[in-house]
Amino acid sequence: MKPVFMTYTKKDLINLAVCMVLSVLIIPSFITTEYWYTSILIPWLCLALATIGQQIVMGYTGQLALGAAGFMAAGAFAMFNLILRVPDLGFVGSLIVSGLIAAAFGILFGLPSLKVRGIYLMVATLASQFFIIWMIDKFGWFKNYDSSGIITAQDIVILGKPFTTPLAMYFVCLAVTTVLTLLAMNMARGSTGRNWMAVRDMDIAAESMGVSLLRTKVQAFAISAFYCGVAGALFAFCYLKSLEPVAFDIKLSFKILFMCILGGLGTINGAFIGAAFILLFPVLLNAIGNNVFHGAIDATIISSIEQVIFGGLMIIFMIYEPLGMAKLWENLKQSLKLKLSSSGIKSVKSPAQKSE
Amino acid sequence: MEYERKFKIGKPILEVNNISLSFGGVKAITDTSFNVLEHEVRAIIGPNGAGKSSMLNCINGIYKPQQGTVSFRGQVIPNITPNIMAQMGLSRTFQNLALFKRMSVLDNILVGRKLHTKTNFLEVALQLPRVKKEEKLNRERSEEIISFLEIEDIKDTPVGKLPYGLQKKVELGRALATDSTIILLDEPMAGMNVEEKRDMCRFILKVNDELGTTMVLIEHDMGVVMDISDRVVVLDYGKVIGDGTPDEVRSNQKVIDAYLGVEH
Repeated sequence: MKPVFMTYTKKDLINLAVCMVLSVLIIPSFITTEYWYTSILIPWLCLALATIGQQIVMGYTGQLALGAAGFMAAGAFAMFNLILRVPDLGFVGSLIVSGLIAAAFGILFGLPSLKVRGIYLMVATLASQFFIIWMIDKFGWFKNYDSSGIITAQDIVILGKPFTTPLAMYFVCLAVTTVLTLLAMNMARGSTGRNWMAVRDMDIAAESMGVSLLRTKVQAFAISAFYCGVAGALFAFCYLKSLEPVAFDIKLSFKILFMCILGGLGTINGAFIGAAFILLFPVLLNAIGNNVFHGAIDATIISSIEQVIFGGLMIIFMIYEPLGMAKLWENLKQSLKLKLSSSGIKSVKSPAQKSE
Repeated sequence: MEYERKFKIGKPILEVNNISLSFGGVKAITDTSFNVLEHEVRAIIGPNGAGKSSMLNCINGIYKPQQGTVSFRGQVIPNITPNIMAQMGLSRTFQNLALFKRMSVLDNILVGRKLHTKTNFLEVALQLPRVKKEEKLNRERSEEIISFLEIEDIKDTPVGKLPYGLQKKVELGRALATDSTIILLDEPMAGMNVEEKRDMCRFILKVNDELGTTMVLIEHDMGVVMDISDRVVVLDYGKVIGDGTPDEVRSNQKVIDAYLGVEH
């Protein structure tokens, strides 16, 4: 048999084409309300990107880290300062550099992973969350000494063209997310991803095969923080627009963690599924509350119900399907395919049986 | 029975000098020395708790012995870590299986190609031509090993779902993929049935014969050990009690006492 060496099969390319047509042609021509772009699609892309970052460190490398929002804050405020102070870099350049700055924090806070693991590492990585937010709050320079403590993100200008409408910003997010997702998939399926997973599944054996634990773990933390940093910058510039460090508190880190687990640990498409679920579920619950119960249920109760359901789902998924919704989706496709093919076989067989 | 070997047994390639290892007050290995010659099949045997696995872990750098040194091709290696030993060309399997359970058989074996992978993560992310070429070579070598071990039909199965005997084979495959000069096998045939053992022996001898890979193995099945190894070292209570060819060891009184027990 001929060995497969291309990382992409025909099926992947078809999937990619379907996603691109859907997101570039169909969504913009069918969805015209601004609400969908500003409140659902743009945060979905940003948070999915951050979730990919979380996936790399947690799903692929198996390091329990909880500080995604801290790295997002680093990326967001780095972006603000870069555009403010180094305007020559341009939007894309600043985006990359803010990602790199977040990656530097990632390396720093990833170092404990060499000594501690599991829940203890989670506590250690919380330091990044609190330190970065504290640093931005403490030193006025990061916020350009704004007296209110809330800064306004500059308008996005790429190659002299402003991208200020929701649709334009959606395309900016889409482009960045698409490129970074493809790069993440290449890494995950290539030798880099194999090293990550080897460290996740059995670190001592990985080391005996010549995989350096130091390099692999720190690399995963750096790449993860890069993704979170870029996601944070996009989140700030396309979604929040006026931002303060509190926007990137621990709640957001937990949200990304939930997206990662519900979507499916160790999957890239799970990041998108998980992010969509966590963002859309409250919208759905509100709609049910308003339309079915006509506002009889208080909004605060609905948001509490939301928390209860998320918690319950987390437990259910951890026990019954640790690979999350991405795996459920895969199973669904598999069973559909089986049904289709079995009905196809029947129709082919029946005339043959008759002839016998 | 004597046949012409393609790779003649040569000089000592690995030497263990006066190693002592203890865990707290428990002495696992006491002042043990032996050597491994290039291209030979060397067995380490001994009763349970004799310190065999600890010995391999010292050679491989997982344990740090309190005393003694390990030298490779005549050079003492100062700070042994599993990673350094892998780079020197020493690969191993583990007693209780240390496979990457959620990865497929092929991926497990591909991890063994790590030291033959020179491209960094950026190149992999961008899928540069160099990466594709390297990946192709690594995959070809892995497929070769898979067909050598006769496990083609399970190559896409996650390793965690395989039965024990097959997992042992995959682990051997992963060690082979490194193209190491020495492979340490920690009980490669434990828990196998007669047929599987015969297969495993065949693979070990074939690798040694065709590639000249030096094999160091720990084994419980005396019959197997005596059949396939060139020289045997016997450990008991962390000490060497016998060292030599299978026939010499078999007739060694100390070894007989250790295995059969002795009246006091």
